Amino acid sequence: MQALGIDVLFKGINMQRLLGGLWISLRISLIAVAFSIVLGLIVGVLMAGDNPVIKAVTRVYLEIVRVMPQMVLLFIVFFGTTRVFGWNIEAEIASIIVFTFWGTAEMADLVRGALISIPKHQYESAAALGMEEGQIYRHIIIPQTLRRLIPLSINLVTRMIKTTSLAMMIGVVEVLKVGQQIIEANRKSSPNAAFGVYACVFVLYFAACWPISMFSKYLERKWS
Amino acid sequence: MELLRWDVIVSYLPLYRDAMFLTLRIGWAGIFAAVGLGFVCALVRHFRVPILQNIVGIYIELFRNTPLLVQLFFLYFGLPKIGLEIPAEPCGVLGLALLGGAYMAETFRSGLEAIEPIQMESALSLGMTRQQAVLHVILPQAVSISVPAFVANVIFLLKETSVFSAISLMDLMFTAKDLIGLYYKTLECLTLLVVFYLIILLPVSALGSFLERRLRYAGFGD
Repeated sequence: MQALGIDVLFKGINMQRLLGGLWISLRISLIAVAFSIVLGLIVGVLMAGDNPVIKAVTRVYLEIVRVMPQMVLLFIVFFGTTRVFGWNIEAEIASIIVFTFWGTAEMADLVRGALISIPKHQYESAAALGMEEGQIYRHIIIPQTLRRLIPLSINLVTRMIKTTSLAMMIGVVEVLKVGQQIIEANRKSSPNAAFGVYACVFVLYFAACWPISMFSKYLERKWS
Repeated sequence: MELLRWDVIVSYLPLYRDAMFLTLRIGWAGIFAAVGLGFVCALVRHFRVPILQNIVGIYIELFRNTPLLVQLFFLYFGLPKIGLEIPAEPCGVLGLALLGGAYMAETFRSGLEAIEPIQMESALSLGMTRQQAVLHVILPQAVSISVPAFVANVIFLLKETSVFSAISLMDLMFTAKDLIGLYYKTLECLTLLVVFYLIILLPVSALGSFLERRLRYAGFGD
């Protein structure tokens, strides 16, 4: 065990520190997801409408998010805007801003997709049954949209968690950074710590994401 | 003072160009490997090859549920400790291939599974041989169903190359970070970074939309 550097994990409070780092990652992603879902619902409904100006603007927004690596966005917000506007933002706030910007686009696209995937005959059949506009939405359209939307937005949570690993590149001390620090601190006593610690970080991420993606898959199967 | 200094931008151009070639080289090598790996894994899963399908299933879940950055750290810093040293560039390609393989496998598999048995049966009852049916009926539909997800995966993987700077590969991200640290020309560096990523990714995105329009799956009964 010494040779693989697994002993380091159980030395002192190392495991606690790693878990604390994981919590930072989870906190960033949960806050960003919460913002993204709210904003994404609004933007997505706007996109499904037929205002040409809004459509053009949101298309450009989606395309930017689609082709720009999140890391580039992080650098722009963390180094670029601070340089231009002379303000000072914490790395954690910067990552929440970026992940919200990215997540909103993803969420909006999901909402739009779910809305336009409801066939027209659903509206017409409901109307033919004598339902009013409000009833149609409440009983027919929104339940179906949510069923398509919920598994996909849960999936967005796991993608968000995975993306938070990038935050270490702008100095957020999350699980990977904590791992690095532990390895550095134990360089002398256990030179092979890198193996054990990075394997542990790998497992921690897996343990955080896998149940969520299984749950999303389960819902998808149950509701489709 | 002007916002951007053009002489600075021009002097940085060659550095960024080299970095872009590195990003493209690793990115495309990784993606090609990922397509191959994903295809094999999809077949193993689709035809339920005993034992292998379990291994492939574990692999897919492991790599779909962890970030590339963590995978790369493990491959690049962790594995040498048990005597498996991989140089940075092959390591980048390997990491991207493993991540991409898991995503591609799921894409291909859902494409294969989306084709209902009735398609095969109808083709056979029209007098086609099995081979003809697969070649002319099943594969064209499976491919056209997979295209949007496939393109999304390619774009995703090209974007993921931005984490290679963490294992000291001199890609676009590394170059930008390095130059910002050295000369503090933050805005020029970031502008170039955005421009070069657009050069890499916009054509792929445009090609993707074009393919999607051309290959749109002919819905039946909707």
